[in-house]
Amino acid sequence: MTGRMGTDTGLTRGYVLRRLAQAVGVLWAAQLATFLILNLLPGDPVSTMAAGGLQTGQVSPDRLAQLRAQYGFDRPLLVQYGDYLGHAVRGEFGDSVASGRPVSSIIAAALPSTLGLTATAMALAVLVGGGLALAATYTDRRWLRQLLLSLPAAGISLPTFWTGLMLVQLLSFRIRLFPAFGNHGLRGLVLPALTLAVPAAALIAQVLARSLLSELDEPYVTTARAKGARRRRVHLRHALRNAAIPALTVVGLLVGQTLSGAVVVETVFSRDGLGRVTSAAVAAQDIPVVQGVVVVVASVFVLVSLAVDLLYPLLDRRIVLGAQARFA
Amino acid sequence: MSRAGAGRLVRFLLRRPGLVGSVLVVAAAVLAAFWPGLFTSRDPLRGEPAENFSPPSTRHWFGTDELGRDLFSRVVHGAALSLKGTLIAVAVAFVVGGVLGLIAGYAGRRVDGVLMRAVDVLLSIPALFLSLAVVTALGYGTVRVAIAVGVASVAGFARVARAETLRVRHADFVEAARGSGGRWYRVLVRHVLPNAAGPVVVLAALDFGAAVLAVSALSFLGYGAAPPAPEWGTLISSGRDYLSNAWWLSTLPGLTVAVLVLSANRIGRAFNGERATER
Repeated sequence: MTGRMGTDTGLTRGYVLRRLAQAVGVLWAAQLATFLILNLLPGDPVSTMAAGGLQTGQVSPDRLAQLRAQYGFDRPLLVQYGDYLGHAVRGEFGDSVASGRPVSSIIAAALPSTLGLTATAMALAVLVGGGLALAATYTDRRWLRQLLLSLPAAGISLPTFWTGLMLVQLLSFRIRLFPAFGNHGLRGLVLPALTLAVPAAALIAQVLARSLLSELDEPYVTTARAKGARRRRVHLRHALRNAAIPALTVVGLLVGQTLSGAVVVETVFSRDGLGRVTSAAVAAQDIPVVQGVVVVVASVFVLVSLAVDLLYPLLDRRIVLGAQARFA
Repeated sequence: MSRAGAGRLVRFLLRRPGLVGSVLVVAAAVLAAFWPGLFTSRDPLRGEPAENFSPPSTRHWFGTDELGRDLFSRVVHGAALSLKGTLIAVAVAFVVGGVLGLIAGYAGRRVDGVLMRAVDVLLSIPALFLSLAVVTALGYGTVRVAIAVGVASVAGFARVARAETLRVRHADFVEAARGSGGRWYRVLVRHVLPNAAGPVVVLAALDFGAAVLAVSALSFLGYGAAPPAPEWGTLISSGRDYLSNAWWLSTLPGLTVAVLVLSANRIGRAFNGERATER
């Protein structure tokens, strides 16, 4: 009887360490990939930067050479990369070409607002999406079930920026309930978070409803009902517990999508944050900033995915991570 | 198609009015992209200043914008740019992802390991940020935005193509083809490719709606076609300045995109479901 190697959670320390090392490896590779995309693809960043963004303009060759030397673009790519990696390990991503400020402090200033927005949106999405799936699978009325099950398909099809504009039109201009633009505390957070939550909630509802329906067909549900457990109890305690795992996986993946959505939503609502920083940097071809943002966003996403993976055994005691070898 | 097959198809469609509607919507969008003249005779770029900001009416179905241009005509003509972008995006993802997956699944462990680690890395960067990095490097324009969107979904296609190739690769007929002296590339193209392509094609159908959304999001952010050209994302974003006095400017183009994506997703699901029941 080997059991769970003495831990209650089913996590082994070796497994966690190995996963952490893997995450660091993936992040290093993601950073390399970004570096290659930004530096190897055709297009001359220096001349665009000198012209002040992607509008065409004339800059003298001398000035271009001077700029290249200043930002180190005249060195061999390998040297540039070594230099960049050396700084990145210490959390430095160079200076913004557009403003001259250090990239790390630009990101540090913008990140909290975006993370707050993303977290609020995810919480809303889990509540609304989960509630929708539970209601759709619990109701006895066929038409209501059909209606609730068809809502997510619509939610996934709405362009995020459009949902945002519609909410502004209805809840800021028609009924003056929430501010339309800017970062104004909690009231200003409602509309952007709601906008971001729509597609995420839809996906959560879809996945959770599907796995709930398949769990409810399982024999253990019939057994529990036959033994006299209330329908609601079987639904919430037995089926939901087993159906939650696929939904949790989706929640992890959705964090990446929601961070992406934040770029668009922050533009729609003129909120300061990482998204606005990104879109401005892309417009100005501010390579150091774009590079820094991509690495930071990938780090958040990879860490959340790791956290989700480590949560599985807490939800389902039968899952023993890092111990597959003994059963294979 | 035999008569019995046609009858079955008709019965299949009659039981699914939503699917029929979706096919009609997508067909209309494709027609609009190639022959906008079928839907409107107005010039999308010429405005009549006297008629600016007129709300939707029988004369201007979608109303007019700040320069008096007919919005319906702009949406119809926008289909060409927006759908072109979508098709390029899906094609890039399909071809690049498909080839990578095919090679990874067929070439053996070491190549497979390297390629799939690369795919994992692409998956670790949220899609829009990956697209934005590509846009930063390539610059603006419908085609470049489309390539950027395609690059971001290469990883998903590569995974599916690899899984299918692995499944087919050890099938008896592939072993037989190899055993009877077929060159590796011939076996790959003649035997593995046709049998592994199905699910990748289904994925392309499922990806279409998402690609419409991604392309229009990037053009909403202002990286798409230059201003006077009508692109769906750009139309919605320019209507943003007149939300309080001309609701139709953002609402109706956005609704068009939403209906198209909903329809495309419905068709993608039908593809997906039909395959599942065929097996």
